Amino acid sequence: MKLKSLLVGLGLMAGVSLAHAEEPFKVGFVYVGPIGDLGWSYEHDRGREEMQKYFGDKVKTTFVENVAEGADAQRVITQLAKAGNQVIFTTSFGFMNPTVKVAKRFPNVVFEHATGYKRAKNLGTYTLRTYEGRYVSGVTAGLLTKTNTIGYIGAFPIPEVIRDIDATYMGAKSVNPDVKLKIVWANTWYDPGKETDAANALMDQGVDVLIQHTDSPAPLIAAQKRGIRAIGQASDMSKFAPKAHVFSVRDNWAPYYIKTVQQVMDGTWKSQDFWGGLHDDMLQLTSINPNLPADVRAKIDATYQGVKSGTIQPFKGPITDNTGKIVVPAGHTLTDKELAKVNWYVDGITDKVPN
Amino acid sequence: MDADLIVQILFAAIKTGTPLLLIALGEVICEKSGVLNLGQEGMMLMGAVVGFIAAYATGNAGLGVLGAMLMGSFMSLIFAVLVLQLGANQVATGLALTIFGTGLSAFVGSDFVGNTVQGFQPIAIPVLSSIPYLGDILFKHDILVYLSFVLAVVIAYVANKTRVGLVLKAVGENPHAANAIGIKVLQVRYLAILFGGAMTGLAGAYMSLVYTPMWAENMTAGRGWIALALVVFASWRVGRIMLGAYLFGFASIMHLVLQGLGVNISSNLLAMMPYVATVIVMVIISADQFKEKLLAPRSLGKPFDPRNMA
Repeated sequence: MKLKSLLVGLGLMAGVSLAHAEEPFKVGFVYVGPIGDLGWSYEHDRGREEMQKYFGDKVKTTFVENVAEGADAQRVITQLAKAGNQVIFTTSFGFMNPTVKVAKRFPNVVFEHATGYKRAKNLGTYTLRTYEGRYVSGVTAGLLTKTNTIGYIGAFPIPEVIRDIDATYMGAKSVNPDVKLKIVWANTWYDPGKETDAANALMDQGVDVLIQHTDSPAPLIAAQKRGIRAIGQASDMSKFAPKAHVFSVRDNWAPYYIKTVQQVMDGTWKSQDFWGGLHDDMLQLTSINPNLPADVRAKIDATYQGVKSGTIQPFKGPITDNTGKIVVPAGHTLTDKELAKVNWYVDGITDKVPN
Repeated sequence: MDADLIVQILFAAIKTGTPLLLIALGEVICEKSGVLNLGQEGMMLMGAVVGFIAAYATGNAGLGVLGAMLMGSFMSLIFAVLVLQLGANQVATGLALTIFGTGLSAFVGSDFVGNTVQGFQPIAIPVLSSIPYLGDILFKHDILVYLSFVLAVVIAYVANKTRVGLVLKAVGENPHAANAIGIKVLQVRYLAILFGGAMTGLAGAYMSLVYTPMWAENMTAGRGWIALALVVFASWRVGRIMLGAYLFGFASIMHLVLQGLGVNISSNLLAMMPYVATVIVMVIISADQFKEKLLAPRSLGKPFDPRNMA
């Protein structure tokens, strides 16, 4: 989609010279992948579209997709700021430092960076409690597995993924004490071929429910071919594997984009670290497969409600890691700050966190 | 590790190696004629997207493969006109082709993202597939994998045992001498480039119709580049290309399998094994000046202008 990026770039340059006082409130978005990735960037763009729809003519949105993390990102973010955007959402972890730098140069523009941890007066951060969706996925997988072996395809061993692996395992174990979790790192967020290989490698080793922390629907397609189950990631992936698909945990950014833009318009916006989950409807379970057994379906609903209402807290102590160390003492539940630093596997995962 | 798992790993290694094999088989012919085409990644993506669209529109995966091969040839024709007719630098033109193909395929395919097609189903070959172990590894694939077996044999035969192979070699080693004995150098090179393009298009179709039956931007994820390295790794020998392709496939499967088995080796380290192997082979080849000259087609990368005889 290079051509579109180019057109947007030209549009931005034109925008600089055409800036007028009485034009719509401008909001810019920077995506790391193509919108066509059907996962991470795709859902951010759906969030943008819904926000645009909500505000109508009052808001004008611009997005730049396929932006490489690093120096290129800084250029793109600067251009968006120069073009008169009053809020700029940068939607990948690797945009953190470029966003911080540009935010310093444009103190009157509000910046929002997804999944990062550096904030400033005009720079806030936001992320998803993906571990909540993983816990429900774990419970479901624990019930569905007949070989007692669940497979997890990870992208990179960063806290978000480690945390989600822990939540998955704790969920599975809560309903199936004999369950084992096999983890494979694909070392990529997006490579359909590699993700297929990873899925096959896990299935060859007896995995019969797949959970993926990578973005393409390839693992689902591989699962359907071999007649096992899989859970979709980031967006609704049901149509890729109608039989294998259990449900997808969808990222829903729209509520946050609407809320933030409204706050900046009203002048009530303040820099903060926001975590959205099932409770905020920013994570959704979509397209739950009607071919699931009724008792599994009921358990999915109950777990979903439990996590949503807060009666189930995945990271509530006591929790021991798999080296025997107590990582969450009894009576304590991990705070958001602590969640951002999880780097241990919970007791029962027979694997080591890669360094 | 039990026998079943080993069989499954080898089965997967062949599947993973197949797109690399197809590209490298085409590129080795192209390079034997003295032309280096770095545009593999772009041609492969165009092949993948056109193959997918054709299969989606017609509901016929065979037509998808045909479309992908035609598209691959068309892309390589652009390259051929630039480097053969206009004498453009092969390296720069090839890189441009990759960038062009990556962008254009994303543009063309944007409306087809999120669709699926019925690709090729595996076919167990009667009798052969019932050989213990070997049958499970080699003869339960889909038709494109079998086609790659046949193509490898045919290409090896043509390159080494026929007049066509000799002409190709003559053009690649010394185009001036070839020209002097009446071989139409540019014509041979055109055909070699077009053949390479068709093979790369086929590899693209394999990705979008068999391997992961879907279209997604940049779905080939660098396999075109690995295949280019593979040609050097195999020192321009067809037999070694086949071996190398499956070795690459094996290495990329193993690094995933070992993790699942709980073997504690850094996955980054394992993921880089195929590339390390390529570098080692390149070092071995280039350490021996004489050998290097024997192996690489001598006029590789150099333009030839029949009007400008030395």
